[in-house]
Amino acid sequence: MNNYSYISLIPLLPIATFLLLGLFGRKYFSSLSGIIGTLSLSVSAFLSILTAYKYFFVDGKVNGVFQQIIPLKYTWLQFSPTISIDMGIVVDPLSVMMLVVITFVSLMVHVFSLGYMKGEERFATYYAFLSLFTFSMLGLVLSTNIFQMYMFWELVGVSSFLLIGYYFDKPSAVAAAKKAFIVTRFADLGFLIGILILAFHAETLDFQTLIARLTDPQSSQILSSVTSSLFGVSALTWGLTLVFMGGAGKSAMFPLHIWLPDAMEGPTPVSALIHAATMVVAGVYLVARLFPVYCFDVSALQVVTYVGAFSALLAAVIACTQTDIKRVLAYSTMSQIGYMMFSLGVSKYGGEEGLGYMASLFHLFTHAFFKSLLFLGAGSVIHMVHSNEMKDMGGLRKHMPITHITFLIACLAIAGIPPFAGFFSKEEILLAAFHSNKLVFFVALFTSGLTAFYMFRLYYSIFWKKAAHLHGEHHDEGTFTMKIPLVILGACALLVGFVPISQFITSDGIGLETHIDVIFSITPVALAIAGILLATSLYKNENDRPIKISLAFGKFYEAAHKKFYIDEVYLFIIQKIIFNLIGRPAAWIDKNIVDGLMNLLAFITAEFSEFFKGLQSGKVQSYALYFFAGIFGLAVLFIYLVK
Amino acid sequence: MINEITLTDILFVSTALFFIGVYGFFTRRNMITMLMSIELILNSVNINFVAFNKYLFPQHLDGIFFTIFIITIAAAEAAVAIAIIINLYRSHRSIDVEDASELKY
Amino acid sequence: MNLSLLIILPFITAIVILFCNGLKQVRTVALIGSAVQLIMAIMLLIQYWNERAIGNISQMVFEYSCVWFAPLNINFHIGVDGISVAMILLTAFVVIAGVLVSWTMETLNKEFFFLLIFLSMGAYGFFISLDLFTLFFFLEVAVIPKFLLIGIWGSGKKEYSAMKLALMLMGGSALVFVGLSGLYFNTNINGTHSFDVMQISKMHIPLEAQLLFFPFAFVGFGIFTALFPFHTWVPDGHSSAPTAASMFLAGISMKLGGYGCLRVATYLMPDAAHAYSWVIILLATIAIIYGAFATMMQTDLKYINAYSSVSHCGFVLLGIGMLTQTSITGAVLQMVSHGLMTALFFAAIGMIYSRTHTRMVEQLGGLLKVIPFISSVFVIAGLCSLGLPGFSGFVAEMTVFMGSWQNPDTMYRTATILACASIVVTAVYILRAAGKTVMGPITDEHYFHLTDATWNEKLAAIILITGIVAIGVAPFWLNDLVTPGTEQIMQQLAQAISLK
Repeated sequence: MNNYSYISLIPLLPIATFLLLGLFGRKYFSSLSGIIGTLSLSVSAFLSILTAYKYFFVDGKVNGVFQQIIPLKYTWLQFSPTISIDMGIVVDPLSVMMLVVITFVSLMVHVFSLGYMKGEERFATYYAFLSLFTFSMLGLVLSTNIFQMYMFWELVGVSSFLLIGYYFDKPSAVAAAKKAFIVTRFADLGFLIGILILAFHAETLDFQTLIARLTDPQSSQILSSVTSSLFGVSALTWGLTLVFMGGAGKSAMFPLHIWLPDAMEGPTPVSALIHAATMVVAGVYLVARLFPVYCFDVSALQVVTYVGAFSALLAAVIACTQTDIKRVLAYSTMSQIGYMMFSLGVSKYGGEEGLGYMASLFHLFTHAFFKSLLFLGAGSVIHMVHSNEMKDMGGLRKHMPITHITFLIACLAIAGIPPFAGFFSKEEILLAAFHSNKLVFFVALFTSGLTAFYMFRLYYSIFWKKAAHLHGEHHDEGTFTMKIPLVILGACALLVGFVPISQFITSDGIGLETHIDVIFSITPVALAIAGILLATSLYKNENDRPIKISLAFGKFYEAAHKKFYIDEVYLFIIQKIIFNLIGRPAAWIDKNIVDGLMNLLAFITAEFSEFFKGLQSGKVQSYALYFFAGIFGLAVLFIYLVK
Repeated sequence: MINEITLTDILFVSTALFFIGVYGFFTRRNMITMLMSIELILNSVNINFVAFNKYLFPQHLDGIFFTIFIITIAAAEAAVAIAIIINLYRSHRSIDVEDASELKY
Repeated sequence: MNLSLLIILPFITAIVILFCNGLKQVRTVALIGSAVQLIMAIMLLIQYWNERAIGNISQMVFEYSCVWFAPLNINFHIGVDGISVAMILLTAFVVIAGVLVSWTMETLNKEFFFLLIFLSMGAYGFFISLDLFTLFFFLEVAVIPKFLLIGIWGSGKKEYSAMKLALMLMGGSALVFVGLSGLYFNTNINGTHSFDVMQISKMHIPLEAQLLFFPFAFVGFGIFTALFPFHTWVPDGHSSAPTAASMFLAGISMKLGGYGCLRVATYLMPDAAHAYSWVIILLATIAIIYGAFATMMQTDLKYINAYSSVSHCGFVLLGIGMLTQTSITGAVLQMVSHGLMTALFFAAIGMIYSRTHTRMVEQLGGLLKVIPFISSVFVIAGLCSLGLPGFSGFVAEMTVFMGSWQNPDTMYRTATILACASIVVTAVYILRAAGKTVMGPITDEHYFHLTDATWNEKLAAIILITGIVAIGVAPFWLNDLVTPGTEQIMQQLAQAISLK
């Protein structure tokens, strides 16, 4: 085995940057901090690509199977002789691919932000937070231990909180940041309990050992986890479902998706990084990492499938009605992650059956490029018109040609038009679904048509529709540093579909031969084209048909526009039930009953002493009276009672 | 004639005197009167001592001695009490016990 | 290392303070004294490691014993194991930070610093005592100064709070004393009774006596560490106390209780610990959940932190009640972690209050813009409180959860799940407080003229953050330090089972 321990530098460089910029950035090198952050990350990105080359093409494969290599591992916290948190690095196809995606997209975002965030007061802090996020995300994908992953999972959550709340003097940004953190935190509760269950039964936290033990039908661990059950569901299913709950929270799956649209309050490049390409796919990564165990448990995998499929559909419907361009993109992200999820769900372990697994990660890979491109393009647009609303846009294609072209490429990619990247990965997903679950397949097919429709609705609303009416002083397409990432990502969105991911990333490490089934692809492509044509007819020029159609849908449109009132339900639960029915009574009980009892005790004591105090009247004659009464009493006692 | 007076008769007198003293002590607010009441109580005790001595143990003089002792103490006590009363009068302009109730609570 | 120094040194410092004139002299002496304490605590840690490294495997090291009062067989017996060393380190960290944040104490500064140092002496004495009587003695030494600190230098309804705190803690002490006496009279060594922890641990206290006296000792110490329903002194006491006193109260004196529950109640009466563990779990779980929900409704920053302390100290009791090796280690980690974190939190609140003159959440806003250092400290304390990896809170809570889960009983599982759920509620109230206080728009134009932390405040915060991060990033040293101590307790508990 070759030495891979240098990989630890990939996450360590960003954390060093974070410490440097976080502690000294504002004071000493405020304007330089962007350059510092970008340079350190480009080293990381270079190392990642080097690793990918080395692993995939030089020495990762042994006898045709990609091996898992663990170059570094230290015990971090020993809970008990068998259970410990280890800090380590895992090198396998999955983590190497994620390394490349994360560092590459993060680098693009760093470069884009040089122009986008220029002149911000907390420029250094921004880069510090970006570095912190990149560090956490890299740590997450390199984890050898499920608890290590949980730690980085939490760190990712908090850096997302910090970045969403970057404009902290804006109450809506603060609220969105809080919402994102709390919702994902709630999901992480499931993750944590899931870990506890799995760790208890598998007697380890280490991924490798855990997977080995829980996939061996003979092992005592699997027996204990299958036989012990709660409410008729086995411990293994509980554990895996709860772990998936954590993944669903981070990946914005229904019903834990409510934070994602609000998270768009953050700076747009941040959305491109966190809420499009990296953090939100952590859930997919998590399920993929534990995939052999999931395969072992059909019911947990079913949950993954249906949650994924439903989220994909729901988000696509909502996306058709939104008017804030970033929110449209947010819902589209949710929808695409839904694809990745159900694709994992319909997959099986190994060989041709494992197509879904490969397709899911392939889609993760391609999606990272075109979705971050879409977000950066949106950022470029917002930078120009200073608004997120579609109604303030239109006819921008002449003013920002590069953004226009790259955005169009990305839209075609996400719509699944050949030969753009999205076509290939989506095709595999549909194929996998077709072979194992027809219901999911039709949902996915319908959703893919919807996707094409709403993406082109977005595209036409920004770049066509009406003549641009720009006002104000500076309206340019942004600096050089903003255009470069667009171009690079645009090229990627065009080309990454040809990367033979199936050779590298499969559930069992053995390469898979895939080929595009032309007959099969006709339907989805035709649907996508239909969606595009529909969008063209409705939105290319200004007309009143969209309104008529939305009126025709009536209540349904209204509900979709209001995101199916899921936010309101949550608000109701939190404010009315948790705050009013639990929080307030708890505080009241504490103040009045528990503390009241203590005060009552004090009061009784005080009253008691008050009574005795009253006897001490200061009146000589009453003292004398007691005195005589006492003598009398004693006299009676001794004369009559004591014999 | 003296033989007709029994111990019981004398004890009646002393008891009456005692309770008159107690009554006076409890009801009067004037300190001088209260002092006088205490003297009555003491003297009722004196009568008891003398009477018991005379009727029960004529050959001893212990009761007589006690009586004399009490009279001496009573004189001293009266002197101290009156001194206290005078001091109280100086500070409170009153010899009413109700007015001197600082020593409470 | 001579452990008596840990008592003598604060004592001398306190006496020297009495002979000083003026704030400058007083605080210099106090700072030097507490710095020496910190150095000694760190030296103790190093020497402890050395002692272990050269193969000293006795349960307690640096033991020393001399007769204190022969007729009752009371000895001045001191010694430390890993748990005590951890607690001593915590105390030293909090003391120096407390002295630093009181740097500009205006009124009666001599008496103030005297009491602070005196209190620390009580804490050190408590943690090194191996004799129940001296242990109790130092417990009382640590209680009295708190009454004065709150009553004289406090704010708000300080007399009420001081009285409440002192009375409840005294009540706790009284219960503790009953428990200790019960232990004492049930020991028999050649016809005499013994207060000695090491000796008692080697003999078997009759089961009936254990069942009778365990509740006294546990509840008594439990009151110190905010055992439900005797926790109500915590919010009132903390909110009225001056900053340094709040830090000492939450950082040190609540830990006296946790340490006592472990060292005295659980260690010396293991059978009863088994018998009553479900009660402990029940009360601890109530404290965790209910404390967290009660925190959610508070509007005063100090109340928020005080109630969150109730919730966090619930983890200590939960860890102890679960009676597994990992959970007890977790309880000790949580004590150390909570001590540092809550001290930091109170320090940050004190800094904010001294500038804005309000602690009400709704009146504050946007402080990150005007006082970035203090606000960052506040956020860091908050993040530690909600258990962010990289800070000590995460390590401690996860160890407790991991340990609790090893107890397969359904009720214990439920308790663990509820305790886990509290981390979500924690996130809610911490983010509410932080989101309103340091983020958002600036609510008062006076805030534009606020000045950021002075050197002493910065130093105090940095010292505490160092401790928090040292545990959070590299928990193994603390874990390795504590584990041998908890192993001893586990052996005791395991013997108790086998005796049944």
